Amino acid sequence: MEHTVVSASKFNAWFGDNHVVKDVSIGIEKNQVIAVMGPSGCGKTTFLRCINRMHELIPGATAKGSLKLYDDEVYTMNPIYVRYKIGMVFQRPNPFPNLSIYDNVVAGYKLNGLKMAKADMDNIVEKSLTSAALWKEVKDSLHKKGTFLSGGQQQRLCIARAIAMEPEVILFDEPTSALDPISTSSVEQLFHELKEKYTLIIVTHNMQQAARVSDKTAFFYLGELVEFDDTKQMFTAPADVRTQNYITGRFS
Amino acid sequence: MKNKRLDLSYSQMKWETIFRRILIFMSIVLVLIVIGILITLIMESMPSIKSLGIGYLWGKVWDPVSNIYGAYPFLIGTLLTSFIALIISIPFSYAVSIYLGEYNPKGWLSNLLKNTIELIAAVPSIIYGFWGLFVLVPIIRTFEAKIGVAPYGIGIFTSSLILAVMIIPYAASLGITLIRMVPSPLKEGAYALGATRFEVIRSVIMPFTRSGLFAGVLLSLGRALGETMAVTMLIGNTSTLAHTFKDLIFGPSNTMASVIANEFTEADHTVYLSALIELGLVLFFVTVVINLIGKRIITRFTNN
Amino acid sequence: MEARIRIRNTKSILFKGVIVFFAFLITVPLIIVLLYIIKQGVTQVSWHFLTHVPAPVGESGGGISNALLGSFIMVMMSSVLAIPVGMFAGIYLSENPHTKLAYYSGLCVDILQGVPSIVVGIVIYFWLVKPLGTFSAISGSVALAIMMLPIVIRSTEQTLRLLPPSLKEAALSLGVPYHRVILKVIVPCGFAGILSGIMLSIARIIGETAPLLFTAFGNPYLSSSITKPMESLPHLIFTYATSPYDEWHNLAWGASFILLMFVLTLNIITKLITRKWNIQL
Repeated sequence: MEHTVVSASKFNAWFGDNHVVKDVSIGIEKNQVIAVMGPSGCGKTTFLRCINRMHELIPGATAKGSLKLYDDEVYTMNPIYVRYKIGMVFQRPNPFPNLSIYDNVVAGYKLNGLKMAKADMDNIVEKSLTSAALWKEVKDSLHKKGTFLSGGQQQRLCIARAIAMEPEVILFDEPTSALDPISTSSVEQLFHELKEKYTLIIVTHNMQQAARVSDKTAFFYLGELVEFDDTKQMFTAPADVRTQNYITGRFS
Repeated sequence: MKNKRLDLSYSQMKWETIFRRILIFMSIVLVLIVIGILITLIMESMPSIKSLGIGYLWGKVWDPVSNIYGAYPFLIGTLLTSFIALIISIPFSYAVSIYLGEYNPKGWLSNLLKNTIELIAAVPSIIYGFWGLFVLVPIIRTFEAKIGVAPYGIGIFTSSLILAVMIIPYAASLGITLIRMVPSPLKEGAYALGATRFEVIRSVIMPFTRSGLFAGVLLSLGRALGETMAVTMLIGNTSTLAHTFKDLIFGPSNTMASVIANEFTEADHTVYLSALIELGLVLFFVTVVINLIGKRIITRFTNN
Repeated sequence: MEARIRIRNTKSILFKGVIVFFAFLITVPLIIVLLYIIKQGVTQVSWHFLTHVPAPVGESGGGISNALLGSFIMVMMSSVLAIPVGMFAGIYLSENPHTKLAYYSGLCVDILQGVPSIVVGIVIYFWLVKPLGTFSAISGSVALAIMMLPIVIRSTEQTLRLLPPSLKEAALSLGVPYHRVILKVIVPCGFAGILSGIMLSIARIIGETAPLLFTAFGNPYLSSSITKPMESLPHLIFTYATSPYDEWHNLAWGASFILLMFVLTLNIITKLITRKWNIQL
């Protein structure tokens, strides 16, 4: 039986008076790649940022409803612990400019003051960079600054940084929108390998990308979750007319 | 491992709260310092305000020996030195602003000149005073002998000259930034109509930056009013006003800041000391108001 | 028509000439002052000059060791006082720009920036000198610390504001608690800017005389006691420059030279840092 990792029911989020996520209910299963798409301003990124409680960091932002990681209510957990368990990769690669590649990978440990033996740390760095398909490229320059890498490499470094924390879920907020096509395909390939161990939730406004990489797709429109289904099903026979309009390019 | 992380995250939450409180606390300390300064000045001025009243401000005689206190000579001294300095400095600060803002905004020469002008503000005022006393004063003395006034050398004029140099950077560095902010479509529009560079500066750049450049002049004025050491060394420390305008400008005098610097440690009774502090209070208010107005204008300018 | 254009062009060129003339003329007084101080001061400086206290009137020799030590001690103490307050207040301002407290503390920074230094001296006289019953290095340091504060706060605030928000998000998304995000990521990334602000503020206070007149006062003897009056470079220059003795003037020229070198070096280093990191202060 498949196991539900992240589930929401009647989940709402606001920016001040602006109701951006409306009554979303969804169940996300383990070891799948979920694409979240929809026109800009549809609440997809906000929903994503609610999952690891990054949303509440913006002044005036509020959220209400049930959002669970396994059986635990995310909004009653310690936010710091939530973010250990649910990693995030952002739109633009954002390695720490003051840290080396090595330190960037273990930044989650070092910045949190979690102490561990050097050998364990080396091990984590190698494993994470290998999983992020970056190890071969950077293994000889681990102590250079992370900002010297190319855009695609930086984004994979950020993925390695998230993996290093051994999260259950990794959130991606339009992870390739700032990358060139070659870097994009290298990141996309990673998704297939990463889902062996993690559950990936990817916000994208690129439909081809959603179709290429995801097992299931969620379509958001005006803050509502319109449809959530197998990607193939969604792209061939959408149930909702709004989904169909979006897929056929009738609004953007 | 997992539980350890959970425990850690709870202890971290506590630190987070403490850290946020420290940030707030330090900001409050800052506010308290300023309120404290104001309260101290007012409290310590009370004896003088009570016994001398508001008439203190235009009392013409300052004679601590006979216990007569009037601030008028210092108000005049301060205003004259500051305004003469301001008038001398304006052509320079405007020229620098226009040159580095419009004619030559980039390149090594531009950078060199900009850094040099910023260095003017970096030199301590005591050094300007010292140099003025030994180099400028003899020159002014010769000059005064030639134009037929008593050759003191020291006085309002000499102080203003040094002050003028010292305050130029404040108006200039702001002016440079503002003139560089003039949108180029505006300028190009005028050039396209066949305007010369001078005409563009006069009819596009100057009107666009007028309020900001004025704010720069205000900041300079704030500096000039509160400047202490250079003026103290050069103004001559005389608390009686000269009778003719020429003697006033070229003769020794006193400003609010300089009289405080000279007499504060000698003030041997309450009203005397308090009268000096009241001068400080006036100085505080005037400079603060001028600075805040200047800052407001700049904020409004840069936000538009 | 052509004649008019020629007149307009000539006018434009003339105007540029005037502007260039005034713009460069202003550097002349600075250069004259600098050269004069160097010429008068450099011959005074020797090992003896740096390691001895001023000689009494009529004796030759003597130096400025008391002022060097005093300036050093007081600048250190004011940095210890002003840097934590200034940095934390600056962090608060950049992190919470829209709160009421931020508005009032921002206003207070503006006010402090404009307060004449002599007024700070008066206030510290009543806060510390009178209660302690004596002029002291402590009160001098507090006065200087207040002068430092606005520069440290503004440079911290402005540097941190320039950092991209994505940096903070990256750290937060790793579960890093807020205080560690600020202290281990944000502050190190803005370190160059904050450091140059601190150096600029030191360059400013090291030459301040007015706030010391009624606080640290001066001391002709070598003293490192922070509860006693203490000499400083600018105060020594003031006392000795306004004295009637030539030997004392020479001492003051030497001290001016040293002070000027400190200030110029600090300013130039700051310039290099800010240029490298492209920071506007």
